[in-house]
Amino acid sequence: MLKATALHAEHLRLGAKLVDFAGWDMPIQYASQLDEHHAVRKSAGMFDVAHMSAVDLHGARTREFLRLLLANDVAKLKMPGKAPADAVGVGKALYSCMLDERGGVIDDLIVYLIAEDAFRLVVNAGTTDKDLAWLRAKAPAFGVDVRHRSDLGILAVQGPEARAKVDALLPAELAQACAGLTPFSAAWLGDRFVGRTGYTGEDGYELILPQADLVAIWTDLLAAGVAPCGLGARDTLRLEAGMNLYGQDMDESVSPLECGLAWTVSFADEARAFIGRAALEAQRAAPPRKSIGLVLEGRGVLRAHMAVRAANGELGETSSGGYAPTMKGSIAMARVPGSAVGPYEVEIRGQWLPTREVKPPFVRHGKVLV
Amino acid sequence: MSNTPAELKYAKSHEWVKKLPDGTLLIGITDHAQAALGDLVFVETPKVGRKLAANEACCVVESVKAASDVYAPVAGTVTETNTKLGENPELVNDAPYEGGWLWKLQPDKLADVDGLLDADSYIASIA
Repeated sequence: MLKATALHAEHLRLGAKLVDFAGWDMPIQYASQLDEHHAVRKSAGMFDVAHMSAVDLHGARTREFLRLLLANDVAKLKMPGKAPADAVGVGKALYSCMLDERGGVIDDLIVYLIAEDAFRLVVNAGTTDKDLAWLRAKAPAFGVDVRHRSDLGILAVQGPEARAKVDALLPAELAQACAGLTPFSAAWLGDRFVGRTGYTGEDGYELILPQADLVAIWTDLLAAGVAPCGLGARDTLRLEAGMNLYGQDMDESVSPLECGLAWTVSFADEARAFIGRAALEAQRAAPPRKSIGLVLEGRGVLRAHMAVRAANGELGETSSGGYAPTMKGSIAMARVPGSAVGPYEVEIRGQWLPTREVKPPFVRHGKVLV
Repeated sequence: MSNTPAELKYAKSHEWVKKLPDGTLLIGITDHAQAALGDLVFVETPKVGRKLAANEACCVVESVKAASDVYAPVAGTVTETNTKLGENPELVNDAPYEGGWLWKLQPDKLADVDGLLDADSYIASIA
């Protein structure tokens, strides 16, 4: 039996095509996946991501706990300045991997600083159970309370017009705080939480709201002209944005240094012995594998798990690939040996086709960068 | 509800076949097939002159989601391909029985077409 989000009936009403995603019955597309993709690049689209989880951590030693558990350093998250209204809170966010002792990626997540003794994590759907088990195994030593907020659901609203459309529907004092948010920060009023984050390469919000509020805001955004978008468009958007997908571009068999996420690992504080650090230090000078971005030179479509051949003969594989609607071409992310030297060819149906190596992102804010 | 014109013949693998006055066959994929595939972004048609066996995978249509094979409904030789699909693969979505045709085939035996499904049988096969 598949799980359903609070918006499931809305998806059916809109005629969405539904698929099993990590045990959830989720919309892959409503009408045209390409139209959904372009709506986000040009105006605004929304995604039901209520299958993902918010996890709240409480306790005086939570910061210390997260400095051990996360590869990025939550010391970078400073206590917020004062919000424009007393009832409204504001705080900063950080993207990080959570690693095992071998440096493998347990999950990638966003962590928000709520208060000195309270942080919020947003984690992937397919990894929620193992993340909770990992957190709960380590938390008692720090007196940290781990609370899975299954009473909350997440709705992503993305695109150049997304924030204005959402702000118009928020209570005035929250809307005012949201209008002043810098990227990777959040504002909240009670249990209504607005993060200026996303997974598309466009401006926008990820709203974390009481489950009971989701249908109302979904319906209001639909009426305001925000396009409902499925997981299909979410995947082409994140691929163009050069963002990794957990379980596809990385997992526990890959370190962040091997999947393009070295920038999220903070080695700065030499005294901080975060879990996985020793393993990363050992490969830091020369990671055994690396992630590269590829643009197919000719026609065709790159897909995940195609063979990749470097100019010096080294072999690898695409981890994600697809048609890039903004570029009207095909792109991929691939993992190859650290010693591989381009240019690279990719095998499509028995033929080796030339590609151009680029540094992702491929597209940001509606513009092709490569 | 997908469109399945009564005057065409069909293969279970979702191709349609139209007899042309010159004895060749026009071949494409059905409306049901294009809807299931989603937005097409790339079509690789068989080369002109290629000899095809019946049920041979000879053409690839790629949607945003996945690549799918298209099969020769009957044996024959490819005489022409739809070159417009190079720039406009979405023609297959927009007009699967018109501008979105895939290739023309000179059949080895025109009578082989009679062995394909009629519209009602095809509709029953996808129900």
